[in-house]
Amino acid sequence: MDWDKLVQLLVNGVTLGSVYALVALGFSMVYGILKLLNLAHGDVLMVGAFIGWGVLGWLGGAQDPSVAVWILIVLMVLAAMAGCGVLGVAIERFAYRPLRRAPRIAPLISALGVSFFIQNSMLLLFGADFRSYDSFDLVDVEVGIEFGPLRVWVVRLVVIGAALAMMIALWLLVTRTKLGKAMRATAIDREAAAMMGIDVDKVIVKTFFIGSALAGAAGVLVGLVFGQINHFMGFGYGLKGFTAAVVGGIGSIPGAMFGGLFIGLAEALSVGYIEDLTRGRLGSAFSDLVVFLILVLFMLLRPQGIFGKPEVKKV
Amino acid sequence: MSANSPEQPRIGVDEWVASAAERRARTLAGRIEEIGERTPAAVKLLALALPFAVFPLLVDSSYLMQVGIDTLIFVLLALGLNVAVGWVGLLDLGFVAFAGLGAYLYAAVASEYAGRHWDATLAIPAVAIAVAAAGFLLGLPSRRLVGDYLAIVTLFFLQIWLVVLINASFTRGPNGISNLHPLEFFGRPVTSLDGLYYVALGAFVLVVAFLYLLNRSRTGRAWRALREDELAAELMTMPVNRLKLMAFAVGAGIAGVAGALFAPVQGAVFPANFDIVILITVYAMVVLGGAGSLVGVTVGAVVINASLEALRDPDDASWLFYAAVVVTLILLVRRPWWMPLTVLGGTIVFGLVVHEVAEQVRPSLVGGVPVGQARIDELVDSWVLLPEDIVTADGLPTGAFGRLLYIGFIAAVLGLTLIRHRVWRVVGLVPVLYLAAVVWENLLLPQPAVARYVLIGALLVGLMASRPQGLFGKLRVEIV
Repeated sequence: MDWDKLVQLLVNGVTLGSVYALVALGFSMVYGILKLLNLAHGDVLMVGAFIGWGVLGWLGGAQDPSVAVWILIVLMVLAAMAGCGVLGVAIERFAYRPLRRAPRIAPLISALGVSFFIQNSMLLLFGADFRSYDSFDLVDVEVGIEFGPLRVWVVRLVVIGAALAMMIALWLLVTRTKLGKAMRATAIDREAAAMMGIDVDKVIVKTFFIGSALAGAAGVLVGLVFGQINHFMGFGYGLKGFTAAVVGGIGSIPGAMFGGLFIGLAEALSVGYIEDLTRGRLGSAFSDLVVFLILVLFMLLRPQGIFGKPEVKKV
Repeated sequence: MSANSPEQPRIGVDEWVASAAERRARTLAGRIEEIGERTPAAVKLLALALPFAVFPLLVDSSYLMQVGIDTLIFVLLALGLNVAVGWVGLLDLGFVAFAGLGAYLYAAVASEYAGRHWDATLAIPAVAIAVAAAGFLLGLPSRRLVGDYLAIVTLFFLQIWLVVLINASFTRGPNGISNLHPLEFFGRPVTSLDGLYYVALGAFVLVVAFLYLLNRSRTGRAWRALREDELAAELMTMPVNRLKLMAFAVGAGIAGVAGALFAPVQGAVFPANFDIVILITVYAMVVLGGAGSLVGVTVGAVVINASLEALRDPDDASWLFYAAVVVTLILLVRRPWWMPLTVLGGTIVFGLVVHEVAEQVRPSLVGGVPVGQARIDELVDSWVLLPEDIVTADGLPTGAFGRLLYIGFIAAVLGLTLIRHRVWRVVGLVPVLYLAAVVWENLLLPQPAVARYVLIGALLVGLMASRPQGLFGKLRVEIV
């Protein structure tokens, strides 16, 4: 057994998983409140990655940043969060709100259109080439913390830490603040919440802002760890973030965190081992297949996810 | 029709709702509908197929014939998608994977690579049945899922399908399978474009007739009941799960036919032939025409595919764009009749003024050259701002200016929809229209291949927000 490889894969999995968890949170919050699958969520992440890249370039680039590195990273994340939050609110206002009373399928088709529009707009403005964060110039790959035989690059730790911090902040927001209470009430029953004096539209707008801001932050974190971004990257993160939300239980914050980790680890481990296990018949690209099978299994056996409660249909 | 005359019921009361059908019958659309109801189905089918049948007699360019064949294949795809999306209300995002499966299965039964050579009379039905079975299988885990979960499972399935195609060795990866055998009917190969066109047309007629009968059948009625209210349908003892699986299988089978026709027409199959771009294009076709209506879906597919073809060429694209702008304008400000003309005139004057001012203040803003060579571009040159070097030779924006222009334009369009006051709305339309022309000439026209998909995305969102029933569909309201 090659322990170094296993530990390396676990670290990869946790990094990937914390990104998926952030995406899953956005999906989960929006789904909880609107019962709407925001298919454009992955593309919001992609826009966030581009905003971070823009800030990086504007502040001198990775080779020669004009501010301290940690300030630069914080600025990139904040800019992406603000930009994506506004984008999310705009998507809600113009693509979903007019369709609140339309048949269920209408906002989904609209979401499909939004996703396609954002992707191709970015393709139009930035081209199909991959853009690089050049993170290795930003933070030397040797800088890290030793875990036994393995040195973990500090950027990975920053990503995991940032994701964790944001999840805790969100959890506090949802459980301890008035807005959180309003969000929970709206998720349980929108009409009843409105009758209790909650401005449901405002709650929905804020939910979209927060969810999209998390996706934007996730986009910058992806760029930092994996370096390369392009206009189509959001698709894969969207799919897996949603899978994570389903596995954890849609509507549940700990569920999204757990589901994200689970999917991240499953993907990293299958990337590492699928070739050995199938005697070279399936390459690492087939890790997507593993994630898909997990999704299908959960949908069949436990559609409410690990932390979710089974949905009771009201008539 | 005055609302307060004594014999007219007040809007919204029960009598008013009860007489809705009567009122609709009196409108023009209602009368056309009534004529449609009374015409025998065979006549309607002929009327639908006739324009397609005479098309080859009117054109004599092989390019246009090729476009015609592609259009028919797209029509088949849109008809297949309509079963799940339009009739049953299931959001199937894996749909084009079935078309891809059909194409690859054709390659498996009629290519040098596979070493087999089946006659089309055997191959196409066999492929259709096999793909329908695959649709049934994918439906199995999805049948319990409500709309949104189904969407993600099927979308993920499409992704897996592409991953397998690109990475598996037996599909030969991204290189695809080439040297397919042509379609052969009873030993006679069909290779001419005219021949292939009529084969596709025959498939179209058969599929439309099949779908028409299916829609009128017990199953079709059950599907629509299911779409309107799943729970009520179940209480009426309809086998909901089986109906959903049937819809999946039928839609997939039609996609399989489309794929099995596409493969020999192209002579080869590649993984990228049926990907997400095609999926969204087919969705746009179904939604534009009106989900649920066979005529609507057919017209939608023809309009979208023809427009996409026209957008390949900058000269045709310009004409199409300005025509579309004028049509949209007329739809937006219909009344009074002189309003569209006023806005149009205002936009032209506005543009001339802006152009003149820019020329005096910063000549570099008008120093660029128009992309197209048509006559319209000469006019454009003296009206639209064409900044120098705003895009590179590849058409990508050189700097922040072009990108901000694009984002600003989108913000302006969205902002305009928020203005409630009628007069300000019309006034605001003038600069937005001009901005649209500037963005089009400077950013979209240099990259027609991307621009067409940007427009498809915008069309989907705009349609859903303004007219979700499409051109020919009927407006539905979800009963909560």
